[in-house]
Amino acid sequence: MALIELRGVSKIYHLGGEEIRALDNVDLDINPGEFISIIGPSGSGKSTLMHILGCLDSPSKGSIKLDGMEIGSASARELARIRNQKIGFVFQFFNLLPKLNVLQNVELPMVYAGCSSRERRERAMDALRLVEMDNRAKHRPMQLSGGQQQRAAIARALVNSPKIVFADEPTGNLDSHTGETILKLFHDLSLKGSTIALVTHDPEIAAVTPRKIEIRDGKISKNVDAKLSGQHDGPKFAVGSQQN
Amino acid sequence: MSLLNAILVGLREIWAHKFRSLLTMLGIILGVSSLIAMSAIVKGMEHGMKEAMIALGGLDKVLTREAPVPTWQSHLSDQARGRTMRDVEALQRSAPLIRMVSPEMALERVTISRGDKRTRPSEFVGVWPVVIEMNLHNLEHGRFFNDVDEANAHAVIVIGTAIRDDLFGSPEQLGREVIPIGERVQINGQTFTIVGMFEHYESDQDRKKREWAREHPDEAAQKQAVARGRPGYGGGGSRSGWAFDRKNRTVYCPMNTMWLRFRAASGTGNVPDPTLTDIDFKVEDLSQMEDALQQAKNVLLTTHNGIEDFSFSTQEGNIESVDQAIRNARMSGGIISAISLLVGGIGIMNIMLASITERVREIGIRKAIGATFLDVFTQILVEAVVIAIIGGLAGLVAANLLVRFLASLSPTGNTPIVTFEAMAMAFGFSVAIGVLAGLFPAFKAAKLNPIQALRYE
Ligand SMILES: Nc1ncnc2c1ncn2[C@@H]1O[C@H](COP(=O)(O)OP(=O)(O)O)[C@@H](O)[C@H]1O
Ligand SMILES: [Mg+2]
Repeated sequence: MALIELRGVSKIYHLGGEEIRALDNVDLDINPGEFISIIGPSGSGKSTLMHILGCLDSPSKGSIKLDGMEIGSASARELARIRNQKIGFVFQFFNLLPKLNVLQNVELPMVYAGCSSRERRERAMDALRLVEMDNRAKHRPMQLSGGQQQRAAIARALVNSPKIVFADEPTGNLDSHTGETILKLFHDLSLKGSTIALVTHDPEIAAVTPRKIEIRDGKISKNVDAKLSGQHDGPKFAVGSQQN
Repeated sequence: MSLLNAILVGLREIWAHKFRSLLTMLGIILGVSSLIAMSAIVKGMEHGMKEAMIALGGLDKVLTREAPVPTWQSHLSDQARGRTMRDVEALQRSAPLIRMVSPEMALERVTISRGDKRTRPSEFVGVWPVVIEMNLHNLEHGRFFNDVDEANAHAVIVIGTAIRDDLFGSPEQLGREVIPIGERVQINGQTFTIVGMFEHYESDQDRKKREWAREHPDEAAQKQAVARGRPGYGGGGSRSGWAFDRKNRTVYCPMNTMWLRFRAASGTGNVPDPTLTDIDFKVEDLSQMEDALQQAKNVLLTTHNGIEDFSFSTQEGNIESVDQAIRNARMSGGIISAISLLVGGIGIMNIMLASITERVREIGIRKAIGATFLDVFTQILVEAVVIAIIGGLAGLVAANLLVRFLASLSPTGNTPIVTFEAMAMAFGFSVAIGVLAGLFPAFKAAKLNPIQALRYE
């Protein structure tokens, strides 16, 4: 059974009488353990799709099933709980809270989950170790480089062991070298079993993932799974896994 | 998110904007401190007024005053005789709702002297012994007049302590008790013997001050040196002190003495003037005040041949005007505090609205991560309430300092009384204001659409 099932999903905005179809009748399945990229030019509807997949936004038409649950009938409270428990977000601008240190930022999803402070601390440190940021736990985001901030943000996305992680242009604000280390991190996480969806406009980045979904004017124009067609021979990273 | 967590987040937010938060709290601080200070001042006033009221003879006392003959009876005015002993006898005989009647015949412009020392009493009055109960006097030394004094018109007087202080020196000056019983003094040239002296009347506050001074003689001397520069009458005292001071300057002699020695010899055109200065009476039952006054009026109209040349004045009227004054003070104080609290509340709401506009992105992130409507709502509301609570606490401290400052500005005034109720009420108000001011910003923040919040740059 697919982790996520979109059926006939459209998102329509009305701007001054004009109708904008940000998403137009999209069908999409994502299976557990997949590492996919959603690729398309700017304004094609990638972020809109990701927001709907991530239960941040609701479609104008169509249905979404996440982990067997129909999202359309969920209350705001249930959606918040789903975002908290089943979904992790990584953003282009990192979106760490500047007043909190790295550890507190990573603990935040568990605060809303209602974990004890002891459990929060332990699991946050585990997640930071996973992204090799445990030695920066007491730093403020402003004291870190972009790559380090994005690692902290990834730790935050992973800390509640979500079913799927969405990353919207996660390397868009990083230099190419740092961007590659972040991609390598996602790749490693994927090998450890995480389900990850990367949103990008850059074909080079999309080349890292076995499955690519191309989107154009709100419609899925290509859906290529290299594993199924046997063409994918794995990504080639120029950087080692210990660098950042 | 737990409440404790929300409070910690709120405190961190307030600490991050210390100066802004302080400015925001200022309205609440002002509101709370003015509310408490006002109520303390009113409470002090109330206490002082009540004390003075009792010093003047209690609630059930009625004064019969001279009044101009009404216009519709003006053709009879030459028959109006004023209030005389006939009225007193008639009231005693025919007005059962009246408990006691005390006639007073006063002499104006009196000087009492002893050797080269002289002073003026507040009143020099010929009285019956019933005056003690009428004016709530307490004889501490010697005796009061008896029937023999009255019948023989003995030249004897009973005085208040202030008269003693002026003629013989006060115990404070001399450092020993002064009891001038048996001493002779001159009143308008006639020799009188002091047979009794009342206790020293003073307000609670003055008593406390005096007792403190006795225990700390050194500091008291210093304070007195400072206080001597201040204007005052008869040694000052609290603002209600005039009532006590007046009472301490009383000089009484027997009614007959007054009549024979002063009045019988000195009427206009050598016709003796038998009118009384005052006829005080007390009613049997305070709840029957109206009936008693009607009865007294009927009796007096008979003795006055139907001419209404008198009127009654009750303490109740005074109490009412005092209550009115207190109510006014309370009302204006309440309005001032309410306005400052309102302004404080608007300040909090304003700052919270500004703060959530600044923090749209933060709120969006929190929602994306799993914060519910209630989580965000609680966070912002708690922040507003924490500001109000800190402001309220600071207001409590400020109020106590303010009251102490006001009391030190006028040590002779009624000491303001800070009550626990006033503090609890003011604090409760500030918390309520915080809740009210936080509701709208909290709702607005909680309603934020996370996508728009995240797009916000
Ligand atoms: N809130 C909105 N109101 C109106 N139009 C919107 C809104 N959000 C997105 N759009 C439009 O939807 C389309 C897809 O946007 P988006 O999903 O952000 O594209 P991408 O992420 O691929 O650049 C764009 O044309 C954008 O202008
Ligand atoms: Mg986008």
